[in-house]
Amino acid sequence: MIISALAVVALLGVVYAGVHVWGMHVLFGIVVPYVAILLFAYGLIKRVMGWASSPVPFCIPTTCGQQKSLSWIESSYFDNPHTTVGVVGRMLLEVLCFRSLFRNVQTQVRDGRVAHGSDEWLWIGALAFHWCFLVIVIRHLRFLTEPVPFFVSFLEQVDGFFQVGLPVFLASGFIMLGAVTYLFARRLFSPRIRYISLPADYFPLFLIMGIACSGILLRHLVRTDVVTVKEIALGLVTLHPAGSGLLAKAHWLFFVHLTFVSVLIAYFPTSKLMHMAGVLLSPTRNLANNSRMVRHVNPWNYPVKVHTYEEYEDEFRDKMKDAGLPVEKE
Amino acid sequence: MAEQARFDQMGYYDPEKLVRVDTTLPSTGWMDTPVAIRPGTYIYPVKPKHLEYLGMPFARQWAPADPDWKLPPNWKEIILDGIRERLDRFRSFKLFMDICVRCGACADKCHFFIGGGDPKNMPVLRAELIRSIYRRDFTVAGKLLGRMAGARELTPEVVKEWFYYFFQCTECRRCSVFCPYGIDTAEITMIGRELLNLLGIGINWILEPVANCYRTGNHLGIQPHGLKDTLEFFAEDIETVTGVKVNVPINKKGADILFVTPSGDFLADPGTFTCMGYLMLFHELGLNYTWSTYASEGGNFGLFTSHETMKRLNAKIYAEAKRLGVKWIMGGECGHMWRVLHQYMDTMNGPADFLEVPVSPITGTRFEHARSTKMIHIVEFTADLIKHGKLKLDPSKNDRIKVTFHDSCNPARAMGILEEPRYVIKSVCNHFHEMPANTIREKTFCCGGGAGLGTDENMEMRLRGGLPRGNAVKHVRDAFGVNHLAAMCAIDRATLAPVCEFWAPGVRVTGIHELVANALIMKGQTERTLNLRQEPLGEEAGETAHE
Ligand code: SF4
Ligand code: SF4
Repeated sequence: MIISALAVVALLGVVYAGVHVWGMHVLFGIVVPYVAILLFAYGLIKRVMGWASSPVPFCIPTTCGQQKSLSWIESSYFDNPHTTVGVVGRMLLEVLCFRSLFRNVQTQVRDGRVAHGSDEWLWIGALAFHWCFLVIVIRHLRFLTEPVPFFVSFLEQVDGFFQVGLPVFLASGFIMLGAVTYLFARRLFSPRIRYISLPADYFPLFLIMGIACSGILLRHLVRTDVVTVKEIALGLVTLHPAGSGLLAKAHWLFFVHLTFVSVLIAYFPTSKLMHMAGVLLSPTRNLANNSRMVRHVNPWNYPVKVHTYEEYEDEFRDKMKDAGLPVEKE
Repeated sequence: MAEQARFDQMGYYDPEKLVRVDTTLPSTGWMDTPVAIRPGTYIYPVKPKHLEYLGMPFARQWAPADPDWKLPPNWKEIILDGIRERLDRFRSFKLFMDICVRCGACADKCHFFIGGGDPKNMPVLRAELIRSIYRRDFTVAGKLLGRMAGARELTPEVVKEWFYYFFQCTECRRCSVFCPYGIDTAEITMIGRELLNLLGIGINWILEPVANCYRTGNHLGIQPHGLKDTLEFFAEDIETVTGVKVNVPINKKGADILFVTPSGDFLADPGTFTCMGYLMLFHELGLNYTWSTYASEGGNFGLFTSHETMKRLNAKIYAEAKRLGVKWIMGGECGHMWRVLHQYMDTMNGPADFLEVPVSPITGTRFEHARSTKMIHIVEFTADLIKHGKLKLDPSKNDRIKVTFHDSCNPARAMGILEEPRYVIKSVCNHFHEMPANTIREKTFCCGGGAGLGTDENMEMRLRGGLPRGNAVKHVRDAFGVNHLAAMCAIDRATLAPVCEFWAPGVRVTGIHELVANALIMKGQTERTLNLRQEPLGEEAGETAHE
């Protein structure tokens, strides 16, 4: 954990020194983001193709409700889907609402009793974190597009519902920071979760905290020049990167923010963050429970050695005849 | 009795002590905490003769307590090649190696962790046991960053750890219900056991039944004439109780239906009473069906060995259906058997295009949901009969019984047969009470002895693993006076009996068709005064019977 924290702090130091002291604006404003995007795209495609290249030999959904069987028994359409529509529904519930996490119960033995208590905190924390992250990503399209699409502006208005201060206080960033802090605290203070955690589990948390903090500071405290930032960002997207003159006009913290984001997306494909794509491919969730209705084909279904009836009867024929059981060969 | 008892007997353990689960975590990280293999929590290794009979590699004498497990010289290569091959074959495995975020949502869902407290029995850590090896040898991050990325070297110690913890997972899939990505530790355990088998490392409680089943057609090694005797013996008992002489068709060509059930029902009480229930029901309906001696096992301990072994054993069912020329197949009350039949059989040994879509000859119901495998569950069949009013039932015959229902892991989480058994039980019993919501249906708790772990030398782990279930049973016993637990699984019927006796004394285990048969009014029966266990039937609520 310490190592992960140090890594993020070191990164901060490097960017600060690089931009503010040595004036390496081009490196952190252009090279790093481009390299990160390339690594991200390459890594993501490679990983997903890698998963997809392994077949799904068996139909192994985890069924979480009543099966489809007799006509008068209502089947659980989404928790145990037997149709494609049902599967799509199950996946949407999983991806948008974290259906499985919602089931969470806390179970422990207390005073000679197994106690089960519902525990929605993880679900709430995870949901808040992921949704706010998405809102923030969409909000940032404002810097990357011209003209800004209507849904981006709309979202920002909703996000700025609490009209506090100027520039308008956007809830999503603060909620995300809170949620990510909760996820971190959980890892830190629950002995069990700390026991299973790897450095690789803390690193993205710290990085995201860094992104959120630098972003909030840029908006509310440093008040970097939004027009400059937008010009730089548009330059990156349109493959006409800004010159060093323009880059130099942006605050150094902006480069910290940008580099943190770059490191996060470059790191993404090699890490557990790939769960975002992986959940869609999970065979226990994305298959219909219809294995008795439709034959699922295994591409590598090789022949195996079996003990045939003939071999069986050869061994037991006399005993079978004595017992009056029918045999094939007398 | 406690002074005489050994670690493989229930009397050796004290519920008061066992319930005080030690949840303190080791002071060392899990990678630095070596596995401690102690009696009562592991299962004896496979005898060489069984491996030899099955043609499986590296048969040898070894013991888990030995420092040297006599691994083959190129063991490391075998494991790494084995992992590589399985990554290419199973998307599930590849994906589950990559996407776990260690959120811990699965941690307290495993009955072995709840009742045992060993952190490596948290599903997430169980999976990390392989994942750490995968990272080091198959991912860039693991190669570069080593332990920082959660990677570690494959050593003989790791193999020992795998043996201990992959045989402390009952492949119940409960963790998979709660994981946000559906990571199924049962799937990882299955692969882990496959890898161990490549080194000749397996347990006798699984591989002896596998070898038996391969040879004689069933796990118990009952030979054809023995099976005939057993079923005829049941028929005699039935006659004693009902006055009706039921017929016992075996290996009958031209039957319409092949019936396959777990062989545990032939041998061990209380499964035997359920088996009598099948015989009575089929006789009463005048069903043109047959038992088979060649396919005399519905269960499949191959599932607990490797995908290949599962296929080798399962092949007999379709082969026998073809040989006998039946129209379709019906399966008895079993748990893991139904995982195989429902999720693997058709893929492995199908297509069953020589069979017909199952149709009930009594009600005419076409079981469309089994139109490809051509195999239905007997509880689906019976529920349909009852719904159509085709059975004469007197539920008051079960009035001494206050029953609760234990969803077996596989039928619940690898199939979803939840309502049918409840409907049948409620139709034949007047007193039915559910256990708490967090312990039934898809959230059901394992008996603690599934996936081939239900042997006596594993008694401590079984009782610990059975704690969450046992505690829920105790709850309904105290709240509603429940005295019977119904389960449609042969392993449950064997393993829940001690679990209930230990954690919820006074509750007995029964199968569903035992209850059906007790309530069934048969044509030409004499006045029924005894149940199938030959105990008095009827209304007066006697005190809880003890075995
Ligand atoms: S719930 Fe799933 S993602 Fe979370 S720790 Fe368990 S296996 Fe990993
Ligand atoms: S499958 Fe069952 S026994 Fe195995 S880790 Fe998951 S919850 Fe535990």
